[in-house]
Amino acid sequence: MNSEILINSAYIVASCLFIVGLKMLGRQATARKGNLISGVGMLIAIVVTLLDRHVIDFTWIIVGLVAGTVIGLACARLVKMTAMPEMVALLNGFGGLASLIVGAAEFMRIRIGEVTPAHPEFTAAAIFMAIIIGGVTFTGSMYAFCKLAEWLSGRPILFAGQHVLNGLMLLVTLVAGVAYVVSGDPSVVLIAFLAYTVLSLILGWTTVMPIGGGDMPVVISLLNSLSGLAACAAGFVISNNVLIVAGCLVGTSGVILSIIMCKAMNRSLMNVLFSGFGSKPGAAAEGS
Amino acid sequence: MELLLLFFIFTLAGFLGFELIAKVPSQLHTPLMSGANAISGITIVGAMVAAGADDGSWITTVLGTAAVTLAMINVVGGYFVTDRMLGMFKKKGAASAETKKGGVAK
Repeated sequence: MNSEILINSAYIVASCLFIVGLKMLGRQATARKGNLISGVGMLIAIVVTLLDRHVIDFTWIIVGLVAGTVIGLACARLVKMTAMPEMVALLNGFGGLASLIVGAAEFMRIRIGEVTPAHPEFTAAAIFMAIIIGGVTFTGSMYAFCKLAEWLSGRPILFAGQHVLNGLMLLVTLVAGVAYVVSGDPSVVLIAFLAYTVLSLILGWTTVMPIGGGDMPVVISLLNSLSGLAACAAGFVISNNVLIVAGCLVGTSGVILSIIMCKAMNRSLMNVLFSGFGSKPGAAAEGS
Repeated sequence: MELLLLFFIFTLAGFLGFELIAKVPSQLHTPLMSGANAISGITIVGAMVAAGADDGSWITTVLGTAAVTLAMINVVGGYFVTDRMLGMFKKKGAASAETKKGGVAK
């Protein structure tokens, strides 16, 4: 009980540091300090999570933390200044994939009967959200990275019936999600789980496809917002306050930042996202 | 009741996020995006719980470890990339920032 109070108090402090840090990042004079403050918040959140009563075995956490730190530092140090936007896209994709995996791991734990959630349908819906948002964030960010790094052509790729195809895929994803949440049959649950996981990965790719390389910064900002929401959904999966607060903060502030970025280019958000589609906006991208 | 509380903080955090960002100078767009991206690495908390839960299943341990690694790359990379961008900025704009400090800072 005592550690529970300590952990949650530390999460409150971390959340406050994220809020102050994000606010300071928006002003030139305080931006660098703001980044540092939000970094301290993250450090507190990570350290205190080691005290969580669910965390029993530290070996693999340490392995992951060390590996992630080494790779992350190498990425940040070695990248050229001109390649920063694609680096942000790449890092963002990793965050999205991590949220997807958190959802998948919880799915496995419930499946083998290790965890019995108090509200099974709610947890299932949260897992579904974490996986589809994380999946779209991951492949969308990877595609944005490839376009900016010029591994793939930056030209928008369009083909007939593209938005219909995307819309259909989104529809099937949602149907699979509903089947996953309401069905009690283990085999139906597994098939639906696999179906929406794969479809979300495809959807992220095909949604970014028709958007030109020049508009990628706005797309990355939107995907960043999505990765926040994915973290938020993962927070609902494991009932964790700091994930919900930080994820939701990034989610909504990312939307505002995307709109500001569009305004700076004298464009509207809808114009950036759907200009490839012509006058009719595609339901798929809008919904995801 | 616990679920309602989660939705309660979710809604408030959402509104806060909307209100937090306003009138950002255009040169700060990318660093702000990158800084927010680093915060979204908070999913590492969920990843650590998944990796550390000793439930006798190697699958969840493998998944959890992968998630911790990926989220940590996001966190460490995100904060250092943002810091590098902002640091660069200061050096380059040091002379001009002095003269128009009042206008830009506030």
